[in-house]
Amino acid sequence: MLTLISPDGTVRDRLSMTLDETRQLYVDMVEARTYDHKCMAMQRQGRLATYAPFEGQEAAQIGAAAALRPDDWVAATYRDAALMWRAGYPWALLIAGRTGDERGGQAPEGVNVLPPSITVGGHMIHAVGLAWAEALNGSDRVALTSFGDGATSEGDFHEAMNFAAVYRTPTIFLCQNNGFAISYPREEQTRSESIAMKADAYGMPGVMVDGNDVAAVLTVVGEAVARARSGGGPTFIEAVTYRLGPHTTSDDPARYRDEDEAGEWRDRDPLERVRALLERAGRWTPQWQAELEARSSQVVEAAVAEAEALPQPTAEEMLSRMYAEPTSALQAQIDEIDP
Amino acid sequence: MSEQTLAQALNGALATALETDERVVLLGEDIGRTGGVFRITDGLRAKYGEDRVFDTPVAESGIVGAALGMAIAGMHPVAELQFLGFSYPAYDQIINHVARIRNRSNHRFTAPMVIRVPYGGGIGAAEHHSESTEAIYAHIPGLKVVVPSTPSDARGLLLAAIEDPDPVLFLEPIRLYRAVKEEVPEHYYTTGIGPLRVEREGKDITLISWGAMIKETRAAAGRLEEKGASVEVLDLRTLSPLDQDGIVDSAAKTGRVVVVHEAPKNAGLGAEVAALIQERALYSLQAPVRRVAGWDTVFPLKRSEAHYLPSLDRIVRAAEETLEA
Repeated sequence: MLTLISPDGTVRDRLSMTLDETRQLYVDMVEARTYDHKCMAMQRQGRLATYAPFEGQEAAQIGAAAALRPDDWVAATYRDAALMWRAGYPWALLIAGRTGDERGGQAPEGVNVLPPSITVGGHMIHAVGLAWAEALNGSDRVALTSFGDGATSEGDFHEAMNFAAVYRTPTIFLCQNNGFAISYPREEQTRSESIAMKADAYGMPGVMVDGNDVAAVLTVVGEAVARARSGGGPTFIEAVTYRLGPHTTSDDPARYRDEDEAGEWRDRDPLERVRALLERAGRWTPQWQAELEARSSQVVEAAVAEAEALPQPTAEEMLSRMYAEPTSALQAQIDEIDP
Repeated sequence: MSEQTLAQALNGALATALETDERVVLLGEDIGRTGGVFRITDGLRAKYGEDRVFDTPVAESGIVGAALGMAIAGMHPVAELQFLGFSYPAYDQIINHVARIRNRSNHRFTAPMVIRVPYGGGIGAAEHHSESTEAIYAHIPGLKVVVPSTPSDARGLLLAAIEDPDPVLFLEPIRLYRAVKEEVPEHYYTTGIGPLRVEREGKDITLISWGAMIKETRAAAGRLEEKGASVEVLDLRTLSPLDQDGIVDSAAKTGRVVVVHEAPKNAGLGAEVAALIQERALYSLQAPVRRVAGWDTVFPLKRSEAHYLPSLDRIVRAAEETLEA
């Protein structure tokens, strides 16, 4: 398993990125965590529907998205807000989606990020089709799909992996192994020693990476993207990480896991190791940290305000979203609501 | 114009689509080398190439899900599932993703794709090969469901489905693939998705059907006319969205309606048609709306098929009772 930055912030291997780039990834992770904490708080205040936090998985998500080009495709899940945001999806839309508004699913033009998949596993094959279409059209865009360890038990995981390998589609499978499928531990989900080894059977490279090391994730995903872009086909990546929070705001992790374990993972916090690295390099001060957190809060608060300022959706909008043009039957129902 | 079977008309429509629209690709099990289990794609891979017509692994969810990804990226894929009974592994993709991506993304991402599925019984096939569960798809918002029963409609509706900006489940009546022939124009034309087809005009009673059952319904109309009744026959052609005005207008005109379908009666589309008529044309009715449908059983194997499929006699009897009521 590749680790480039140790939990204490020492560099194990030569980093392929500059200190400025490393610092930017840290800035992004801090902003993402600020968003995550804000959403948890808003859900508790009754301002959001169910929320699925990603705290602890920032490196896997920010590192992966940083390896993409702005026009690449992303098909991710309800826990991938940081990844989607770093790929171009605005915080305000992510929040709007969580307030229970379909308009939050509408990525801006030019941002090729699908709305988050709520079903587990059904979206991986979409990234195969997206990548397949790009390859057939002679484009060098790639498609990255993100999912958890739990999704790899779904039958659709098999079909997606097999199709991608058979047609050599430029797809990157990013599995964030965060230890649990809600409550079911990774060790019980499969007898495989690793999830990455499953890639072998499909005839594609399978790579294990320290998912809490943003530099390692960026490197591994970057290699997969380069391979896909140059016609080398798909790659499966298992980013080993840990969900520090609950599955969702409706979940109570104390029912199925030892909080000592969560504590151990807190010691491997993906933000702390980069902070320590930057401090050692003279690029971090408590004052800068305070400024960064304040700036992140401002950005997230502005996004919250934007999402909450969306006007109440109308019934006509709801009925008009099913088809390009409402069918005559739907039009009759629109007229029935608003004669 | 040339005389074509329904199967030939579908093959011709797919060839035309591949010829005229570079966004069109075909994918499905055995559709390349062998031309599919019913040979509907026969010769298309040889003519249009391996990068337009794809044989796929045996994985219906994968076929539909990959087609959805392609559609989101701007292609117009036409997926084939071998039998309606084999569509259920793809049911999750169809209802949770294909039919919903427009809604989920507020029109930003769409699914301009067609899922072609041979359906219905009457050929003595193995279990799962004779399903007519169209109602479970017609029930799904975001999807359109189309069933041609004539070769010229098959061509026009398939080209319309491929052009359509929304996903279309295109059901092909297996029993009619090679049982009907007619002159089919060779130029590019579409038959609108939605409007029903008036198979024959009449004023005493309306028989409503679709797909393979049009054959028996048409024959029943012939027999009733011999006995002096003026019979209107409607071929719905599109099961979702239903041509509500067309159904109601005919019911209001004749005042007597029999709906004929091969699917089990319970919660079949006949119930929707009957409910629509009582909502909008009750006071024009001279008799209760009758349904002649498959029994509420699993589609039987070969030796019991004749017990199951609505027969000419059952349709005639129901129509006569409706005329006498």
